[in-house]
Amino acid sequence: MSAVLEARDITKRYGHVQALSGACFEAHKGEVTALIGDNGAGKSTLVKVLSGVIAPDGGEILLDGEPTRLDSPQHAKRLGVETVFQDLALAPDLGPADNVFVGRELFKPGWRGRLRILDKAEMRRQALDAFVSMGTDVKDMHAPVAALSGGQRQSVAICRSVMWADRVLFLDEPTAALGVRQTRNVLKLVRRVAERGVAVILISHNMTEVLEVADRIEVLRLGQRVAQYRGKDTSVEELVGAMTGALDFHEEVRP
Amino acid sequence: MSASGGATPTAQRSDQPEAEQDARAQARVERRQALARTLNTSPVYMFGVLLCIFVAFTVVNATAFTSVANVQNITLSAAPYLVMAVATTYLMIASGLDLSIGSVLVFANVIEAKVMGAVGGDGTAPVLIGLVAGIGVGAGWGLFNGICVTKLRVPALITTLGTLGAVLGAADLITAGNDIRTVPMSLVNFGADSFLGVSYIVWVAIVVTVVFGLILHLTRFGRHTYIVGSNIEAARRAGINVDRHLLKLYALSGASAGLAGFLALAQFASTTISGHSTDVITVITGVVLGGTSLFGGYGWMVGTVIGILIPITLNNGLIIANVQPFWQQVATGFILIAAVYLDQLKRRSRERA
Repeated sequence: MSAVLEARDITKRYGHVQALSGACFEAHKGEVTALIGDNGAGKSTLVKVLSGVIAPDGGEILLDGEPTRLDSPQHAKRLGVETVFQDLALAPDLGPADNVFVGRELFKPGWRGRLRILDKAEMRRQALDAFVSMGTDVKDMHAPVAALSGGQRQSVAICRSVMWADRVLFLDEPTAALGVRQTRNVLKLVRRVAERGVAVILISHNMTEVLEVADRIEVLRLGQRVAQYRGKDTSVEELVGAMTGALDFHEEVRP
Repeated sequence: MSASGGATPTAQRSDQPEAEQDARAQARVERRQALARTLNTSPVYMFGVLLCIFVAFTVVNATAFTSVANVQNITLSAAPYLVMAVATTYLMIASGLDLSIGSVLVFANVIEAKVMGAVGGDGTAPVLIGLVAGIGVGAGWGLFNGICVTKLRVPALITTLGTLGAVLGAADLITAGNDIRTVPMSLVNFGADSFLGVSYIVWVAIVVTVVFGLILHLTRFGRHTYIVGSNIEAARRAGINVDRHLLKLYALSGASAGLAGFLALAQFASTTISGHSTDVITVITGVVLGGTSLFGGYGWMVGTVIGILIPITLNNGLIIANVQPFWQQVATGFILIAAVYLDQLKRRSRERA
């Protein structure tokens, strides 16, 4: 199967730091691809490159096989590539529906629409639909996002992106700040998004979580992809080995 | 406040009327929740405070305080403040700040008088030209503030503190510090006339408040104002042109001071150079009393109307009650601190929930 999103030999240098040195990456339709790597392996840089936040120094990005230049996050969004960053970028004083439609507001029909009058009821309805169909527990559409739990906030951010992402969805450490039960809910949500036919890319530190939810796993080390696995064919030991380089060089073999 | 669900524990009877009743009960619960939400907001509390002030002064001196002339007096004094407070509400919801409005008012005031004098004659034309010029220079100063804040990244507090002094100085330079006392008769008439017992000056403030209140609460422009103030990074990522939006709001703030200057000119038939040094304090106090957050993202136009009326009514009532009006400043100051304290408490409990 051809990849929805493919990166070839991406390089990016910050001053003396070579963040990416010829990194490759691919993500497929309807699959959860986990992107893992130790701190400083270049995960965040790669995500920023692939979501249009920063321009790479070299290399190629292909969307559905077409070489593409991502000029800005807005450009990426127009191409159906959405990203949920760790800070979520929600407006805490506004409600869940308001946040889902930030920058994409719906207007009332007719002359009221020409006056740019918002259709708040319709936005609430569509957002609630999304929350329910994605199996989240976000119910109170009037409470400000600041009053929601961490898991609910994550759900709002993910649902917002899913509503517009028809190709690729990046999730940057979506469970980092969550408790056990909320983590479970978010991971279920991640699976459901993939089942809709979106290529989901999960950046995570948690190996058990990755093994549980990912169809494919790509390992980044020192700015390059060092390994690719099928989620069901690998183990925590193997992943950690690939991340730290122990597998390649057999440096850290302990009795 | 979040009462859990509305469904009554019914057995598994599936007859239609039962379901219909459930739906109606659900709707009733939702209505009650909506009412509870509305009641638990600052404008409602502050309306209570305003009502108490009214009742207190009515008890002290009902004939003088509640007379038609006095109520007209209160609304007339509130009008220019309200116009500026409307724009300040937008700006503060967007986490902006404009301390220079009092000085811009004076500058526009002077320009309006000068332009009307230069055009000469009487009638509508010189007055209208003066009004346009005043709003224009006001918007110009606002734009200057906005450019300093958004493009040069000078903090709003410093920028508008700078223009607070500079613009007033410029107005004094133009007039050599003397008020201009010659204005067209038609302007004086406009200031004195009323429609349905309400002064034209007050009508202008009402129309501005209603129109911009509707824009704030119903349109995309208003929604973007909230988003910019609530999380500027979220606004940027959503593709909202944050700088351009803030520029518009600073220009609006300046333009509102220009219009307020026109209303003051109509009211006093003279420029009032030295009369506006504390305007900005009254305006920001009113806006904050009305529930608009100092940190942005949150606020109501209705609250601003109530908030502005509190210091004005206090002032008026204290004079009528023969109390030194300095007490107004004392009382308003403490009401402001108490209001913000209560608001903080509410927000903290919300964030803990």
